Amino acid sequence: MSHYDTILIGAGMSGLAAGIRLAQFDQRVVVLERHYLWGGLNSFYKRGGRRFDVGLHALTNYASKGERGLPLTRMLRQLRIRHEELHLGKQRFSEIAFPDVRLRFTNEFELFESEVARAFPSQMDGFARLVRDVRDADAFTPDDTSLGARAVLATYFDEPLLIEALMLPMCYYGSARVDDIDWYQFVILFRSFFFEGFSRPAGGIQPMLELLRKRYLELGGELRLRCGVQAILSANGKVSGVRLDDGTELTADRVLSSAGYVETMRLAGREHEVRDAERGDISFTETIFVMDTEPGAHDHGAAVIFFNDAPDFRYRVPTGLIDTRSGVICSPNNYASEAPLPEGILRYTNLANFERWNALEGDAYEAAKREQTAAALAIATRYGMDPRPHEVFRDSFTPTTVRRFTGHDKGAVYGSPTKRLDGATTIEGLHLMGTDQGMLGVVGAILSGISMANRHALVTR
Amino acid sequence: MTREDIILAVKDIINTIAPDEDTSSLNEDERLRDQIELDSMDFLDIVMELRKRYGVQVPEEEYGELASLSSCAAYLAPKMQDKELKVGS
Repeated sequence: MSHYDTILIGAGMSGLAAGIRLAQFDQRVVVLERHYLWGGLNSFYKRGGRRFDVGLHALTNYASKGERGLPLTRMLRQLRIRHEELHLGKQRFSEIAFPDVRLRFTNEFELFESEVARAFPSQMDGFARLVRDVRDADAFTPDDTSLGARAVLATYFDEPLLIEALMLPMCYYGSARVDDIDWYQFVILFRSFFFEGFSRPAGGIQPMLELLRKRYLELGGELRLRCGVQAILSANGKVSGVRLDDGTELTADRVLSSAGYVETMRLAGREHEVRDAERGDISFTETIFVMDTEPGAHDHGAAVIFFNDAPDFRYRVPTGLIDTRSGVICSPNNYASEAPLPEGILRYTNLANFERWNALEGDAYEAAKREQTAAALAIATRYGMDPRPHEVFRDSFTPTTVRRFTGHDKGAVYGSPTKRLDGATTIEGLHLMGTDQGMLGVVGAILSGISMANRHALVTR
Repeated sequence: MTREDIILAVKDIINTIAPDEDTSSLNEDERLRDQIELDSMDFLDIVMELRKRYGVQVPEEEYGELASLSSCAAYLAPKMQDKELKVGS
């Protein structure tokens, strides 16, 4: 029987990053992944001779080389990866779009500030206070993790549309809460969007994942794909290892799991401890269009457009298959790049209902994908170009696809609405990392793996 | 290892974990964090590299002993006196 210092569940960003940290310091470590590809919620797949990213709409937290004190710089240093190895290209610009207001932003904060001043001149005292408080907040050790951003924003602004306009991108980028986002998460995201900005690694998510995977393997880490965990084993309240899908048991001093809080508790035989409010259900559909033209040639120069086709923004599981009122439109073409992409790509994201999609099978499921894409585009094309006249290929995925490939209940992309910043569970030696530890985006997920590995597997007390 | 060797060993570790920082002109008595960009994650890495290269254990409650190069040398002297200097790894 093999014994490991640490077993890591899930070969996503957090699992690979944790693996690098532990292998770096000579731990015997294995990453177990049920899927045949690594990446988790930020992965890639091949279809029709093309490679598509999932998850990566934009890499937030832009920092230039050596820029001090920023999350990206810290992440690179901890993983001993050079900035140049990511080949980051900055966004042209992005937009928050409502029927009567559009706010543009780039990686230069001054532009966003002037856009808010143009659209909401009466709100600038509040905006200045918000910016100062977001800058000064200690977001990583919040006093109250249940505080919602909507209520906090109301103390800065009396113009509801500005509150909605700020909630829209923050919710879409990482909230597991209905109609709200945790205030400390809002703070982290606001910085990562507006102070730091968006970029794209050349070639998308796959080269970045390859960098992590290679580094991990070079350091002597073990990666097992198609190797699902059936159960997390413990004795006397302390973790002892895992049982794999094929029945093999592996022992370890500790286990770090990115499977999600509810899913991890289920694996550990403790699902009875989970409260209903801790189960997440926010999920999405996405349709990717490959086009014979660049979006930029059709007045669609935004890297990301967050749109909401009403004055008020609703962020919740829709009653129908999808919510067409709001969404996200992304284009990997709209970043600075050494070599332009060979084709135009546009990707459309909408909130979706897992139960509704899960009830469909075969032809009905395929037909629903076509119908729902058409319905989504009827609204989305008010805010961005129509890809259909230029379409050479399309592919859609739904909440059921997310569940199939990531193992997250209900395809809940952002996991449980209740985050556990210390990674703790009720079993000694079993810790959470990734989405349910509460850090968002690609950089956040990597920092989650790093910080949980540091705290629970490296520091000696 | 002499006092000078220990300081060299610590500087070499800093060069490994923070390649963008210049360690050549560090003041030995001033706190490291006041001179170059090192956060708590970086101090963990100094500790982990000391363990990896020299088999030296530094418990979390004693991380404060590593604040400056002088305090590093004083704290590490008894732990490292029998060790061989390894640089450039």
